[in-house]
Amino acid sequence: MIHSLFLINSSGDIFLEKHWKSVVSRSVCDYFFEAQERASEAENVPPVIPTPHHYLLSVYRHKIFFVAVIQSEVPPLFVIEFLHRVVDTFQDYFGVCSEVIIKDNVVVVYEVLEEMLDNGFPLATESNILKELIKPPTILRTVVNTITGSTNVGDQLPTGQLSVVPWRRTGVKYTNNEAYFDVIEEIDAIIDKSGSTITAEIQGVIDACVKLTGMPDLTLSFMNPRLLDDVSFHPCVRFKRWESERILSFIPPDGNFRLLSYHVSAQNLVAIPVYVKHNISFRDSSSLGRFEITVGPKQTMGKTVEGVMVTSQMPKSVLNMTLTPSQGTHVFDPVTKLLSWDVGKINPQKLPSLKGSVSLQAGTSKPDENPTINLQFKIQQLAISGLKVNRLDMYGEKYKPFKGIKYMTKAGKFQVRT
Amino acid sequence: MTDSKYFTTTKKGEIFELKAELNSDKKEKKKEARGCARPSPSSLCSSALFPDVVNCMQTDNLELKKLVYLYLMNYAKSQPDMAIMAVNTFVKDCEDPNPLIRALAVRTMGCIRVDKITEYLCEPLRKCLKDEDPYVRKTAAVCVAKLHDINAQLVEDQGFLDTLKDLISDSNPMVVANAVAALSEIAESHPSSNLLDLNPQSINKLLTALNECTEWGQIFILDCLANYMPKDDREAQSICERVTPRLSHANSAVVLSAVKVLMKFMEMLSKDLDYYGTLLKKLAPPLVTLLSAEPELQYVALRNINLIVQKRPEILKHEMKVFFVKYNDPIYVKLEKLDIMIRLASQANIAQVLAELKEYATEVDVDFVRKAVRAIGRCAIKVEQSAERCVSTLLDLIQTKVNYVVQEAIVVIKDIFRKYPNKYESVIATLCENLDSLDEPEARAAMIWIVGEYAERIDNADELLESFLEGFHDESTQVQLQLLTAIVKLFLKKPTETQELVQQVLSLATQDSDNPDLRDRGYIYWRLLSTDPVAAKEVVLAEKPLISEETDLIEPTLLDELICYIGTLASVYHKPPSAFVEGSRGVVHKNLPPRTGSSESAESPDTAPSGGPAADQPSVIPTQGDLLGDLLNLDLGPPVSGPPVATSFVQMGAVDLLGGGLDSLLRSDVGGSPAMGGSGGSFTPAPSTTAPTNVGAPLGSGLGDLFDLTGGVGTLSGSYVAPKTVWLPAMKAKGLEISGTFSRQVGSISMDLVLTNKALQVMSDFAIQFNRNSFGLAPAAPLQVHAPLAPNQSVEISLPLNTVGSVMKMEPLNNLQVAVKNNIDVFYFSTLYPLHILFVEDGKMDAVSSKLQGSNIFTIAKRNVEGQDMLYQSLKLTNGIWVLAELRIQPSNPSFTLSLKCRAPEVSQYIYQAYETILKN
Repeated sequence: MIHSLFLINSSGDIFLEKHWKSVVSRSVCDYFFEAQERASEAENVPPVIPTPHHYLLSVYRHKIFFVAVIQSEVPPLFVIEFLHRVVDTFQDYFGVCSEVIIKDNVVVVYEVLEEMLDNGFPLATESNILKELIKPPTILRTVVNTITGSTNVGDQLPTGQLSVVPWRRTGVKYTNNEAYFDVIEEIDAIIDKSGSTITAEIQGVIDACVKLTGMPDLTLSFMNPRLLDDVSFHPCVRFKRWESERILSFIPPDGNFRLLSYHVSAQNLVAIPVYVKHNISFRDSSSLGRFEITVGPKQTMGKTVEGVMVTSQMPKSVLNMTLTPSQGTHVFDPVTKLLSWDVGKINPQKLPSLKGSVSLQAGTSKPDENPTINLQFKIQQLAISGLKVNRLDMYGEKYKPFKGIKYMTKAGKFQVRT
Repeated sequence: MTDSKYFTTTKKGEIFELKAELNSDKKEKKKEARGCARPSPSSLCSSALFPDVVNCMQTDNLELKKLVYLYLMNYAKSQPDMAIMAVNTFVKDCEDPNPLIRALAVRTMGCIRVDKITEYLCEPLRKCLKDEDPYVRKTAAVCVAKLHDINAQLVEDQGFLDTLKDLISDSNPMVVANAVAALSEIAESHPSSNLLDLNPQSINKLLTALNECTEWGQIFILDCLANYMPKDDREAQSICERVTPRLSHANSAVVLSAVKVLMKFMEMLSKDLDYYGTLLKKLAPPLVTLLSAEPELQYVALRNINLIVQKRPEILKHEMKVFFVKYNDPIYVKLEKLDIMIRLASQANIAQVLAELKEYATEVDVDFVRKAVRAIGRCAIKVEQSAERCVSTLLDLIQTKVNYVVQEAIVVIKDIFRKYPNKYESVIATLCENLDSLDEPEARAAMIWIVGEYAERIDNADELLESFLEGFHDESTQVQLQLLTAIVKLFLKKPTETQELVQQVLSLATQDSDNPDLRDRGYIYWRLLSTDPVAAKEVVLAEKPLISEETDLIEPTLLDELICYIGTLASVYHKPPSAFVEGSRGVVHKNLPPRTGSSESAESPDTAPSGGPAADQPSVIPTQGDLLGDLLNLDLGPPVSGPPVATSFVQMGAVDLLGGGLDSLLRSDVGGSPAMGGSGGSFTPAPSTTAPTNVGAPLGSGLGDLFDLTGGVGTLSGSYVAPKTVWLPAMKAKGLEISGTFSRQVGSISMDLVLTNKALQVMSDFAIQFNRNSFGLAPAAPLQVHAPLAPNQSVEISLPLNTVGSVMKMEPLNNLQVAVKNNIDVFYFSTLYPLHILFVEDGKMDAVSSKLQGSNIFTIAKRNVEGQDMLYQSLKLTNGIWVLAELRIQPSNPSFTLSLKCRAPEVSQYIYQAYETILKN
């Protein structure tokens, strides 16, 4: 089971350690530092590092390494999943997860970690339950605590854990009963030089914010459930009903949670909502290159593409770029060689473009690699897979809740090769 | 922030204030307890408050109680004596009417890692394990694991393990999950115990609990299920059906554990079954989904998918695209994806794959680019139809002139030549253009190999090789060896114009180099060329076997084993768990995994099958050493077959232990020296049939028989010693005859020899040496023959042995190869030593059977079951192998049955033989 946890910042300082069993010496992290040194970038530190007596499993998020120490054969995915859960919890508690905020809230952090694991066994990892046990810090509470001397430790015990629905606390009360569902889809795609799709897939999630009194029992049905052949559910979803009727039936946790995540695989045809026309060339003879990209909408089902952002990692030999955008702003960082262009909305009548020249280091041969273009965008009110919620019903409670559903499509890892 | 304020400002002087406040009114207490509860550099100060904090424990205020508990967990260790003060409160809280308080108390109790107070905690824990409230039981289950970590013996003595086992059939799923988790953890440190013994009923319980417990509980239950062995395909299918829904879980660890169970039990299902096909289809989507998770999860998933793809390529054969690399994937993900892409490459998708690989070859990351180029080569070797395409892709890449790409391409083109000889040699010209840019040894060696291999088609091959020769001394060994071979090849193909070159390289290799490999190879070529050029041609230019793509696959038995370890660290390293250290406990663990993919149970099967030698991998005995590396080369000596007695040992092992027929046969075989003195089959006291050769030898005559247990063995300390037998007949050793036996006396092993000179000349200068053997037997002193041995004279020597020599596993295990030297020659022979000479004195557990005890086999217990005497015995070998035996004796029946239990099944066969010889004499 999980023995200890070390939090390490990018400069290699251990700024927090927590042991659930006997204390493991900090020196075990030396093996991690070695691996960190070998890796060119922080992202490339291998997630599993063996040491003579322990194994170090790490995740890298928010510029912090969360390093778990285990001593025996433990499923590594279990540890990594748990670490991600820790990060999510911190984020949930403090809004952001950074070294400063963790140091500022060190007591809450310790209390939360203590509640999350018992002797290395996960105890309470649902943020609903945790928040009941240890209240997240707010400005108001901080002030109150200072004056009254009370603490964040809830005077409650985990009552939810006694029930058959451990994810929902009992005795929930709201004056406005509401249930919102967001269908968010991300397109991961690789587009080749000529504009044809090499691979494209959709990662979709349904995030819910449910604030309903009592013990409501919800059912959610889809217009086209056939799309969902690869799904992962929140534990509250009754799998049997999904298998037989393709209906999501569940008693929701209180507050925010991820009801469902799904994957529309590469075998289905995925609509690509934007295209990029590019003309990037470096000439062998001169130290100048040409650079021109245009972004335009493709299959958007009549919706506007907004929040468009183009980034591209230029080859090392690029010294500078002189570019003019037809809209938006662009930045080229000559140190990291990263070009980013904040485009904004795409107007189909007047396509945004970025043109100009590239100056190369004199004397070097033309770069071997062509830069890959990374694209970000958002389309509101559209689920690109075509998924549509049919209806939402509530049983078990008398009142009439307010229901809402939103759709959004985003770019995930959307790459255009040039 | 108030929180931090309390510690940062807590200075020595303030402790007193805190102390005062702790003892004052309630509200204040909370604040201070909070200050103390935080583990921080100020811990010194905080622990000074220990007694005051403990006083606060007996509060009704829940919030304060929690804080005090938190404080205790952090500081009890530094004040073990003080911690005892807290015990009373724990005991009291464990009886609180509120189940949540009971649970909190039992949880905190276990976290106080102070050995002193553990025994006080047993009673409350026992109560909590049987608590009516599931929440308390579930917490108590974990507490057993905690306690076991601190004091394992206590947990066993108190019978908590059995209680924990009972909890597996608890009505509450959460309790079941925690019990399973606790048991799995305890089992880690107790590889031998069958803690998780599963039967269909408990499996049913687990499957029911699976649906209702938390995601983490599901992981433990699934991992536990994977160790179960269904009795038939029906049961396997029903388990699969109930596990399948877990594939849709949001937690990737649950998904992967479910995949493991399914992959394992699928082995048992018939392939014609509809369900089998359905299951295969169901496995693909969740695996693909794992790849859209965070990179760290992706990495672990990819390592596992790599195994799955090798075992069942059909699952993911249509999913090639998800393994395409994104440019901002971390490098560890990129490399794994590439590996899987090659494994999935087939005729159907090769075009796509090649286009991708070519794209990757222009990326920035050097390691990744290299691997991509290699991958192209592997595709060519794997998919024959694509070879041409791959070669042209590689040529394109060579045109880029990027140094490391070119070098890598040349290395793989060499492999392509070896797979498809005489097909793509037209590209050699292009390769030769890049000769100068090669600076890595592997690429240079590959290029030299190509030039040498195709010397007849390259007009200026001699010039090319000559250019390499100039810097011969600066090259790495790999290149030097390759250059030597290439030039010899060239010479054999074009003898006329390259004579000078070959002489040059041979002299460089043999005279100027101090590398023995190079020198030896040089000499061999030289001698071959000078004695028989035709033979040289046959040797050097021999047809080479084609290489195949299977070279990088994991060996099937290992793969089957690893499939059972999906989702564990073993699957990340692609090594069985026994191959890497199991944490600080250093337990040799799961070291004898069963063979087939279908019949394994990851539970450590440390019980060796009692019949026959087990064919499993060696575990304790070091693996077979490299025979070539042995400079003594004893095993290449004249094949002196083992003496008759030795062979009979082996034969007897195979037959019923006291089968009489063989003995009589043997006796005539041995010719006058009835080695197995026991008169075949009967238990009448055997006459002391000592052989003529052992007259005067200091041995306790092995005449004790089974019914004469107490007085059987003549000497006090001596174990049974077999009569001497002829090891080296005179006719094979130019007149020297050696006969001997092995004995063990007072802890030391000796080899009792009789050397007889049957030649006509005087012998002197005796020396003896052993080859490496299974137990590291070696002479402890030189062979002392003081006077020269005159013709027809014999001398008796007792050569002391020790077991510190170098170790190599022999076949049979007790084989010993010996070299004896005298002034005439060196003679080799091999003999089999009875294993009981290795039984050490401290293998004793109890004394009942003194006969066996004489040979250091100790009886632990004696029981009479249904008229049969059962002896439970133990013995220990010099290298620490313990063997447990059960000997069943029927009074009316001369035969007896022996069952062994040992972690190294190899020895069992020889233990049988040892028993046999001891009991029969």
